Amino acid sequence: MEDNAFYVALSLLVNFDASLYQIVVLSLQVSLLAVLIAAVLGFPLGAAVALWQFPGRGGVIVALNALMGLPPVVAGLGVYLLLSRAGPLGELGLLFTPGAMVIAQVILVLPILAALSRQKVEELLGEYQEQFVSLGMSRARMMPTLLWDARFALLTVLLAGFGRASAEVGAVMMVGGNIDGVTRVMTTAIVLETSKGALPLALGLGIVLLTLVMAINATAYVLSETAKRRME
Amino acid sequence: MSSLNVPVNNPIGLRAPPSLSFESVEFNPLGHRLFGPCSFTLESPGPTLVLGPNGAGKSLMLRLAHGLLSPTAGAVTWSGASTPRQAMVFQTPVLLRRSALANLTHALAVNNVPRKVRTERALEALARFGLSACADKPARVLSGGEKQRLALARAWSLSPSVLFLDEPTSALDPSAIKAVEVAVQEFHNQGTRVVMTTHDLHQARRLAGDVLFLSEGKVQEHTSADVFFRAPVSRQAQAFISGELIA
Repeated sequence: MEDNAFYVALSLLVNFDASLYQIVVLSLQVSLLAVLIAAVLGFPLGAAVALWQFPGRGGVIVALNALMGLPPVVAGLGVYLLLSRAGPLGELGLLFTPGAMVIAQVILVLPILAALSRQKVEELLGEYQEQFVSLGMSRARMMPTLLWDARFALLTVLLAGFGRASAEVGAVMMVGGNIDGVTRVMTTAIVLETSKGALPLALGLGIVLLTLVMAINATAYVLSETAKRRME
Repeated sequence: MSSLNVPVNNPIGLRAPPSLSFESVEFNPLGHRLFGPCSFTLESPGPTLVLGPNGAGKSLMLRLAHGLLSPTAGAVTWSGASTPRQAMVFQTPVLLRRSALANLTHALAVNNVPRKVRTERALEALARFGLSACADKPARVLSGGEKQRLALARAWSLSPSVLFLDEPTSALDPSAIKAVEVAVQEFHNQGTRVVMTTHDLHQARRLAGDVLFLSEGKVQEHTSADVFFRAPVSRQAQAFISGELIA
């Protein structure tokens, strides 16, 4: 019975295991903060690419689309080199801290948010453009209007970004180091427990992770559907 | 030429609407001539109804006049020191994914109307167009007629000197058409220059002060409505009107 993954997962939750609780909270903190920062940077970036014509715009779009598939270990390596003692940002002492993990995840999530919001905003701009010009709006003034009116589509984009952040293990492992009680998150804990042969515990953690992601997505879905039904 | 006849048809005695001139205006993107060369001046009080068959360039003419498109050659000029405040109502109203009220406050915000008075002015405009009950409804779930009235209310709230309407009633039922026509007349009575395209000759008869008849991207005739419907000068206009009667 004790080898059963569901039993392990359930008992971890029911017993309110302190170390599990810490891992879950840190995972959520890192991923949510990364998605938030990426959204603050990525949505205006995507909207700007949709709104302005400039030399090399095609290249930027291709780069953003391509970076949606950036391997997490490559992002991790980049951040590792930046933050390591000898690196340009080594003085900050961020390597093997949750801060480094956030930075790595921002790099992974940002292209997804920017590329997808660029598409959504461009679609909406096609519909709104004549009216906007008629109202005498500058492109800079169009940006907040478009981002707000694309809010339901952007929520889905945000969830895609959160999915990428919460599921990824390579980057946080490299720059966080999976230090017990400091930088251990659910994905790195699963890798560790699996390598130790503690499969039920690993599976239990996996179930907790999956449940959390489902719960967040379900909440966002219900909220946006309710709001959307009232708006469109 | 001066617009001597303005006060005659402007019983309220409001300021004369700014006059609009096309000077050898052409629009030929990628070398395809779609419009012009055209020269004309709209200075009689109107409303000016732009008529013509499909593809005559009616919508293009409105977009060039409103500045949504830039002429390839020639110039669009307005009387007065600066370009007058303008608004446009499209065939399919473009409404934001927000409440009816928010659609208006947004337009006011964009036009630098102080925050304090925005809601008041927006509610006033909604009331004028019979949309008070819809203020908090999402704009995009309104009926076709309500949407077009909301677009008119948005234009109204900006108190434009010039209003362009591009076939605003082509997708509406008779009662909604009536509401739009009343609104157009009201804009006109307030001293707004109204320039409107339509396919409906009966509507043109009801509304027009003067008629700008286009065919194949050129102005074939620009006369008072009276003259146009009684005795059109150009052959194309004669054919257009009789065609409509036969149909």
